Amino acid sequence: MSEIVALLAAVVLTVLVAGALKFKNGRFSTRSPAEGAEVLTATDIGIELGERATLVQFSSAFCAPCRATRTLLTDVVATIDGVVTVDIDAEANLEMVRRFDIMRTPTVLVLDGSGAVSTRASGLPRREQVLAALGQAVGDPR
Amino acid sequence: MSQPTQVDPRGLRVVAGLTAVVLALALVTPQPVRLALLTIQVAVFAIAAFAGLRRSPYAVVFATFIRPRIGPPAEVEDSRPPRFAQVVGLVFTATALVGFLAGASTVGYLAIVLALAAALLNASVGLCLGCELYLTFRRLTPATA
Repeated sequence: MSEIVALLAAVVLTVLVAGALKFKNGRFSTRSPAEGAEVLTATDIGIELGERATLVQFSSAFCAPCRATRTLLTDVVATIDGVVTVDIDAEANLEMVRRFDIMRTPTVLVLDGSGAVSTRASGLPRREQVLAALGQAVGDPR
Repeated sequence: MSQPTQVDPRGLRVVAGLTAVVLALALVTPQPVRLALLTIQVAVFAIAAFAGLRRSPYAVVFATFIRPRIGPPAEVEDSRPPRFAQVVGLVFTATALVGFLAGASTVGYLAIVLALAAALLNASVGLCLGCELYLTFRRLTPATA
């Protein structure tokens, strides 16, 4: 009897974790900015900031969802003026990982034209989630 | 730097599915069968982790019976995170085996439940355990001066 319970527990655990990840992946949201932490410069990311927005992706060296995210972001910015994307190796930039509280990869920070963080998301996003986040970053009155 | 081994992600899902079946059976079968299944699974994890994913008996099953029927994959994955996952599976399954042998069945059940959930998550949604755990681990290293 306890074996069946254990089996059910495993299935329930699986469903809960899968559901939680599905909810969280690609969900762009705002975090209250810690002082001094939430503006990035061209020096930080190694390329010039996009005129309207910048998509900053943090990746691990080997991470299949990171690769898929990079492909998606590259594809999205190719169709939009004034938006650029950059992929940052988390392991080689641990000080930025700590500064921005990066907990998993991929994590995407959406910056507005001045380099301030508008929203962020972890996990592989869908195209419409990225486009909505970009719309918010570009339209945000600062 | 040499190119890391790439693997067919569909093979990974099938291997995880076979693992989940073995672990589920280990849960609901009588003790002698359970111990045999756990021993087999420990051996399979060890082979995959140390001799390479392709040497895993489950991977051989995929390569022999399934892959010829479905053709080449649309994309491939780095083999290192799944190999890390095999090591994690090995630790949990070996813990379960030792737990049952030592009479600590609660430990045994708990270890199987966690390993089974991980295998099910991998088989169903392709959960990248390495992506979730690796950075957490790296952040724990002390900040350089």
